[in-house]
Amino acid sequence: MERVKQISVFVENARGKLSKITTALAEGGINIRALSIADTTDFGILRMIVQDPEKAVAILEKQDIMVKSTEVIVVEINDEPSGLNKALCLLRDNDVALEYLYAFVSKKENEAYVIMKTDNADAAEKAFTNGGVRVLSAKEVYTL
Amino acid sequence: MQFYQEHLECMTRQEMNALQLERLKETVAYTYENVPMYKKRFDEIGLKPSHIQTLSDLQKIPFTVKSDLRDNYPFGLFAVPMKKIVRVHASSGTTGKPTVVGYTKRDLDVWSDLIARLVVQAGGSDEDIAQIAFGYGLFTGALGLHYGLERLGSTIIPISSGNSEKQVMLMKDFGTTLLVATPSYALHLSEVMEEMGYKKEDFKLRLAMLGSEGHTEEMRAVLEDKLGVLATENYGLSEVMGPGVAGECIYKNGQHIAEDCFIYEIIDPKTGEVLPDGETGEVVITTINKEGIPMLRYRTKDISYLIDERCQCGRTNRRMAKIQGRTDDMLIIRGVNVFPSQIESVLVGMEHIAPHYQLIVTKKGYTDQLEVQVELADATLLESFTQLEMVEKNIKHKLQVVLGLSAKVKLMAPKSIPRTAGKAKRVIDQR
Repeated sequence: MERVKQISVFVENARGKLSKITTALAEGGINIRALSIADTTDFGILRMIVQDPEKAVAILEKQDIMVKSTEVIVVEINDEPSGLNKALCLLRDNDVALEYLYAFVSKKENEAYVIMKTDNADAAEKAFTNGGVRVLSAKEVYTL
Repeated sequence: MQFYQEHLECMTRQEMNALQLERLKETVAYTYENVPMYKKRFDEIGLKPSHIQTLSDLQKIPFTVKSDLRDNYPFGLFAVPMKKIVRVHASSGTTGKPTVVGYTKRDLDVWSDLIARLVVQAGGSDEDIAQIAFGYGLFTGALGLHYGLERLGSTIIPISSGNSEKQVMLMKDFGTTLLVATPSYALHLSEVMEEMGYKKEDFKLRLAMLGSEGHTEEMRAVLEDKLGVLATENYGLSEVMGPGVAGECIYKNGQHIAEDCFIYEIIDPKTGEVLPDGETGEVVITTINKEGIPMLRYRTKDISYLIDERCQCGRTNRRMAKIQGRTDDMLIIRGVNVFPSQIESVLVGMEHIAPHYQLIVTKKGYTDQLEVQVELADATLLESFTQLEMVEKNIKHKLQVVLGLSAKVKLMAPKSIPRTAGKAKRVIDQR
């Protein structure tokens, strides 16, 4: 199964820098599915799931924006208490370290999606599959 | 006390010229005999010490520049055996290696007299309680002032720099009357006084002797007002001695040059041609009363002009106008010499970053701040925040080692630092 590609973008912490990125994506017709931003006082890393990551990377690179595409795992969890906990316990029990995560909620049903970057994608994927947590394919995620 | 060495400070021009010529001839002969670099340079152009017969013959001698000290690191330009050197000082150079100077006992003796003169012309005396808030160490400022004030008979509080609240406490408790500091630190101290709830009337301060970095007249006015002092500026550089080369008197109208020990020339920095008094150019200094490391025509890179008018204070020596700038790109940040090339040497060759940088110098309150902006070049760093922060920390650490001062490092997006067709604008000095 093809893994989901997330794009990470370097953003200087200054007025107008983030909108430069969103403008470029908007003009390229790229829809953002989910995003998260981690920041220090000087810079941030914007992480996004978009419908066409390859195109998004090309658009941003053309604008001299520093961008990197990374494989992540997206899982589906129930939007209810203990939903996220179940997934994280599986990682813990299988000795997989989590680097970061962010989530978005499904539009159609009672589901939430969690995007995870771990130190071992194969082990994580196996843990989820065996533990009954559904891992989404790239195609599914891009068209959500 | 009006003068410390009146016979040297108030000579007629004729007497001074005669003294300078006598000492110049001695210095040139001594330097030629004892410093191989100078002998070689003289021989190359067929110049003999005996060719120096008038003060203007000085112009026949090639210039000495800072890199000559670096090329002869550490002691190559010393004119005496190390046994006769009793102290070394050093200042930061353009690379990791400092420029090193050495003093004989006699040099220290002369230096102390020069500082004592400086203090007296700034209004100080043996009655003063002097707090030396320059950093003690390799830097010539603190020890230079220290021994000169001691020579004069003032009471010295050798507190060094930093620890501002303690500075203020002792200033009050000990009844400090004379503060020796960089202008920026003096102003910082005035802020700390305010923060601690004091008024200037709570102190006995009356004089501030400022050095090691320049300051504007506006800054002096603020400082005089906040501290309730008469603030004077003095000038020096370790290559020729340290402080004591020139300094203002209480009339604050140019810095009196210790012309019995230093010959000043002002040159056109492009052609090297000597300019007449009153014209602005690069200050070139020749030491004529120094044993450890004599300097012939040292190019200071400082821009100023000479004033040859009688001063109200009665001194007859020429004065140097306020330094107007530098011929190179040296920055003085918190009293520390910083060359963009030093920063470049750290950044170039480092992983993950592009060889494009910009230095932003600002003043926060009265303290200089250096920000080094660096472009990121490696997108793989975006995978991990930790890695990105490591790059930042690593640069910061290396800068601290090379510059001896902490700088803020700001990672920038690729190609975000403006490119220019000609010489890159590396420094934005907003002070």
